[in-house]
Amino acid sequence: MESIQAKQGLVGPNDPIQRTQLPYVTGTSVVALKYKDGILMAADMGGSYGSTIRYKSVERIKPIGKHSLLGASGEISDFQELLRNLDELILYDNMWDDGNSLGPKELHSYLTRVMYNRRNKFDPLWNSLVLGGVKNGQKYLGMVSMIGVNFEDSHVATGFGNHLARPILRDEWHENLSYEDGVKLLEKCMRVLLYRDRSAVNKLQIAKITEEGTTISQPYALKTFWGFTAFQNPTAGAEGSW
Amino acid sequence: MFRNQYDTDVTTWSPAGRLFQVEYAMEAVKQGSAAIGLRSKTHVVLGCVNKANSELSSHQKKIFKVDDHIGVAIAGLTADGRVLSRYMRSECINYSYTYESPLPVGRLVVQLADKAQVCTQRSWKRPYGVGLLVAGLDEKGAHLYYNCPSGNYFEYQAFAIGSRSQAAKTYLERRFENFSESTREDLIKDALMAIRETLQGETLKSSICTVAVVGAGEPFHILDQETVQKLIDSFDIAGTEEGPAAAPDSAAEGGSAAEGGAASEQGAPADEGVAPMDI
Amino acid sequence: MTKQHPAWSPYDNNGGTCVAIAGADYCVTAADTRMSTGYSILSRDYSKIIKLADKCVMASSGFQADVKALQKLLAARHLIYQHQHNKQMSCPAMGQLLSNTLYYKRFFPYYSFNVLGGLDNEGKGCVYTYDAVGSYERVGYSSQGSGSTLIMPFLDNQLKSPSPLLLPAQDAVTPLSEAEAVDLVKTCFASATERDIYTGDKLEIVVLNKDGIHREYMELRKD
Repeated sequence: MESIQAKQGLVGPNDPIQRTQLPYVTGTSVVALKYKDGILMAADMGGSYGSTIRYKSVERIKPIGKHSLLGASGEISDFQELLRNLDELILYDNMWDDGNSLGPKELHSYLTRVMYNRRNKFDPLWNSLVLGGVKNGQKYLGMVSMIGVNFEDSHVATGFGNHLARPILRDEWHENLSYEDGVKLLEKCMRVLLYRDRSAVNKLQIAKITEEGTTISQPYALKTFWGFTAFQNPTAGAEGSW
Repeated sequence: MFRNQYDTDVTTWSPAGRLFQVEYAMEAVKQGSAAIGLRSKTHVVLGCVNKANSELSSHQKKIFKVDDHIGVAIAGLTADGRVLSRYMRSECINYSYTYESPLPVGRLVVQLADKAQVCTQRSWKRPYGVGLLVAGLDEKGAHLYYNCPSGNYFEYQAFAIGSRSQAAKTYLERRFENFSESTREDLIKDALMAIRETLQGETLKSSICTVAVVGAGEPFHILDQETVQKLIDSFDIAGTEEGPAAAPDSAAEGGSAAEGGAASEQGAPADEGVAPMDI
Repeated sequence: MTKQHPAWSPYDNNGGTCVAIAGADYCVTAADTRMSTGYSILSRDYSKIIKLADKCVMASSGFQADVKALQKLLAARHLIYQHQHNKQMSCPAMGQLLSNTLYYKRFFPYYSFNVLGGLDNEGKGCVYTYDAVGSYERVGYSSQGSGSTLIMPFLDNQLKSPSPLLLPAQDAVTPLSEAEAVDLVKTCFASATERDIYTGDKLEIVVLNKDGIHREYMELRKD
């Protein structure tokens, strides 16, 4: 009886444990930087099913508690499960009601442990995570990869962002960026990614976190220019047999 | 032999709604040599009286460092105290392994109280026979808690536990209103004075007391004997049989406290109206 | 053609080079601050050296997540040691602990390559060098990590350590003065950075001697 019932579900109690060996729906780069008053973070809203852009309104930046922002690339479902776990963590943290709270530094350390423990179980969360925040006047920005590699920096970017956005950031970033200049810099990065990353879509959110709190922008599009002759006739000057 | 028929195991209620085994555990705290604690906005000082078991032995350690930001002073069964401080140490290490930040004191105290509470509700266990003064620092500043065998815990500005602690409590009650703004040195001075109150005429020497401090920018540490002796000398508070600082009224209070202490040592029933658990 | 899909490995090599040199009354430990993955640089300012005890530092390269786990474990074990013994762990004790910790994961190893530098109980410089599964040896100087193949032969040539086969055993500490050792380390890294793409950005040097601990930095090539 039990085995018949089990067969009706997707996974029975005696079936081998399933682990994520390949991602299904994925998000592409997240780019984030420190600026004068806090952290700015940008990510587009595409969700790719292999090379198909299957979803176009995926929120990949979320606030965690009062002092932190979490951005993710990689498997969307893993990210959403992680968000549920973090929601519970923050809930229990608030329930102490003792004036102590988990800041970005603590959350980054916690996420590092989560990601590393899952890789130790050969059951990784398929994400690159970016954690930014401000607490007690301290700005914090860090990254964790799916196998637990983690570090802090003044600016970070996941996936293609590390190749295409970070060189721009290394060129133009400085400690005293104003909010406007920070957004401009992020948009410049996101535009390059939009042009060069095939799974990027032109619908993005930019999030800001300061001592005052978190704001995540409404989705918006970047102005693009596709009129370059190389775009209109990509084979000009490189004619092949067909 | 037995006081009554409701005290043979922890989980049996008396018709008056009391748990006698738990109350006996609370009594164990009063048998131990005294421990005191007091805090300002930024610092907490713990102190205790060291009593050797025999002329031939040294005394047992009664103040333990838990982490850089937390320490405890104990009164009662020292063996139970060691077990609990080991538990607290491992909780602190685990928390900072996960979050790379110190465990908030208040949370550790609740975990500790929950651990003690379990022992009051299991037939095959016994309550811990130790009271802990937990001193610590967190985001909200300095804290001093008292954890007792019943699973209750309280936050204090200043407190004393153990034998003849009533005298120290009386001293602290007279002065606690100034502690909040006290300097570190004044806190230590008051700690030594409070310890002296529990000595009943015996001279205050660094060899019979331990003092520990934790505060903003100062990790928890036990002051070495030399430092303590220097402080005693500089404050000129060693005291003698008839301490110069002992005002007539406080001497009277000390007398009554001594009676209370003697009574508890005989295991006489506590005041019928108040269950000692509430203290 | 089979469909390509992303695979994952539980390991990565984040690169980096570590060097430690022991002298009669000092120990110099150094590592670059670049962290890479494949051909990309993740960070140009990631410290690979941690202080494990008053007279003991560890420099580690390899897989950063494993290194971090190892560092945290050792830090926790050192805290427990301090609670139990009321003192700091000595460098030789930490050396043994590190070996045991690495061997404990013999069949799912920490992919980390460590050198431990410090002062022993006599105040003499000491260097312990390890493989990923815990074999270790006390030496006079050592190098580990991505640039070690470039640096180790150079140190062999410059420091002319007495053969470990000599009987009775000769002291392994180097004859250099502290300042000379620091200069030698700087030269090593400047050279390794020329050829090893995983070494660069900045050099962090930690010097331990009877006056305590002291850190200094030198810029390296960033390409």
